[in-house]
Amino acid sequence: MTTDFTGEYTGYRRDKPGLGLWPHQGKVAIVGWGMSPVDRRWDGVSMDKTYGAYGMLAIQQALDDAGVSRGEVDGMLVCPETGAGATGGSSADWGPYRQYFEPPYDTEYGLSRLNAKWIIDNMPGFDNVKFAPSNVPSIGEQMGMTAQAVADGHCEVALLVYGMNNFEGRYRHGGENASPEARGNRQWNAPWSSGDGLQLTGAITIQQYCARYGGTFEELIAPAVINEHRNGLMHSWGFYTLHGESGLTFEDYVNARPVLWPCRIWDCDRPVNAVGAFLFATAERAKDMKQQPLWVLNHNGGQGGTVRSSQETLDESEEARAQVASMVYEGSGLHAEDVDIFNPYDGYSFFLPLTLEGFQWHGVKKGESQAFFNGDISVEGPHPFTPGGGNLGVGRTRTAMYIDSIEQLRGQAGDRQVTIKNGRPETAICAFAPARSAAYIVLSNATP
Amino acid sequence: MSKLIPIPDELSQPFWDAINERRLIVQQCADCPTLQYPPRPTCQDCGSGTLGWKEVEGKGHILSFFVVYDGRYQVRIPDQPYNVAIVTLDEEPLINFYANLPGTPVKEVPIGAPVELIFEEVAPGQLIHDWKLVE
Repeated sequence: MTTDFTGEYTGYRRDKPGLGLWPHQGKVAIVGWGMSPVDRRWDGVSMDKTYGAYGMLAIQQALDDAGVSRGEVDGMLVCPETGAGATGGSSADWGPYRQYFEPPYDTEYGLSRLNAKWIIDNMPGFDNVKFAPSNVPSIGEQMGMTAQAVADGHCEVALLVYGMNNFEGRYRHGGENASPEARGNRQWNAPWSSGDGLQLTGAITIQQYCARYGGTFEELIAPAVINEHRNGLMHSWGFYTLHGESGLTFEDYVNARPVLWPCRIWDCDRPVNAVGAFLFATAERAKDMKQQPLWVLNHNGGQGGTVRSSQETLDESEEARAQVASMVYEGSGLHAEDVDIFNPYDGYSFFLPLTLEGFQWHGVKKGESQAFFNGDISVEGPHPFTPGGGNLGVGRTRTAMYIDSIEQLRGQAGDRQVTIKNGRPETAICAFAPARSAAYIVLSNATP
Repeated sequence: MSKLIPIPDELSQPFWDAINERRLIVQQCADCPTLQYPPRPTCQDCGSGTLGWKEVEGKGHILSFFVVYDGRYQVRIPDQPYNVAIVTLDEEPLINFYANLPGTPVKEVPIGAPVELIFEEVAPGQLIHDWKLVE
């Protein structure tokens, strides 16, 4: 491994209002992407479908997309997070109680985790990586970290790798969730069985929303979820495209089993095994690459707003999202009416109306999402909401929001290509930003 | 019904001691009018580190709720489905508590209804606070 920086990279977050325009507009671009197939789980046998194999596949796709050789990459930002096991205990790791395999699958790396060293060791040619921080966050802030690393001169061609694994076992039923004790912050929610996932707290918030603004949860959310599934099926790599399920209808939705009523199984993204990769470059390097550079106008991180007591209230949720939107708009110089492509995070469906109203995309204000979702939000129509299909549409990869935004701005989205602006949208907001997270990135195909 | 057992820490020990005496207390700032729950090291409004405790009456109203059909806490799986509600405290509506509302049928939670404090033993010598509809 040739890296001379593997420590922590700090100071990259733009996490508060008042920071002004991102001063590096026009200096950093996304120039490539790659995405592995999306499977429900690794079968434990097919060595060409391991987490590591899928990672290498996605990385090579991103390089090929940009027309970049491995030797040109000097930054590698790999998220060590694996998805299923953050609070899931045994479901997070392949070992140690299951047998490892021959190298390179003789440790967790390549099976449940990835890092820069494993990639460099197993993909010959990455000989010039000099920047590979150890503290890479999940993909929302990872996007911002990578853009800022290029802007700050730590690297000129940076590879971002983000994956999700999903081994056998009930999702996040292990670890502390299997404990009879509630320690730390959990002492304030777990005894009543709240707080074991964002969906719990959000489920209450959206109930408040329906009570305040009228309509049922099903009337509010089903059209948005169905639209996401339709859009997701238009990716060649998504879970439902590859595994022959979905084609969700309203009847399918309302008759699905409840998880945390009013939320049903279709309101929760499906855990999967898949890896995505993205390539960032300086303006100087991007100009000779294969694809049109997509300029980073801004990135944000941290969180908006505060929660005073046990449970975020609807008022707090709305205030937080408005604050986040303000940060995103301030840093990009865009206003709501300037945003062509809007791909917010949707790991739980109820994030969608709350985020939409916070950003006021297409003029949607508090309490107006139900009417908006029940209008024409298809990719062919005037309000192409979440054209990428999000996590609900492709599985829990957390990459669809970014990939779709890139494809839309390049004019390469195929059947998903929006028709607004004669099919040539110019700006996009995309995110992996749960709840009050401010982890957004703003892109443009026009040179700032 | 098995519930997770709260494990007090240095900050929360006075609170759980009071609960075990069947009293509900919240933090009170010495330098501003703020009452807060759950306890924090400092006042969330003025930043003061001088915080005491105030016993509250234990009257509230239901703000919202959901129903757990397929939760992640293993000890609660046999109880599914069950209600989880949010209750605001009448003495300070910005304070809210989780509640299971024992005795209230699943999904039949009257939003806005008055509730009163009750206590439930979750382990020998360890109570937790919950809420039930005022009859």
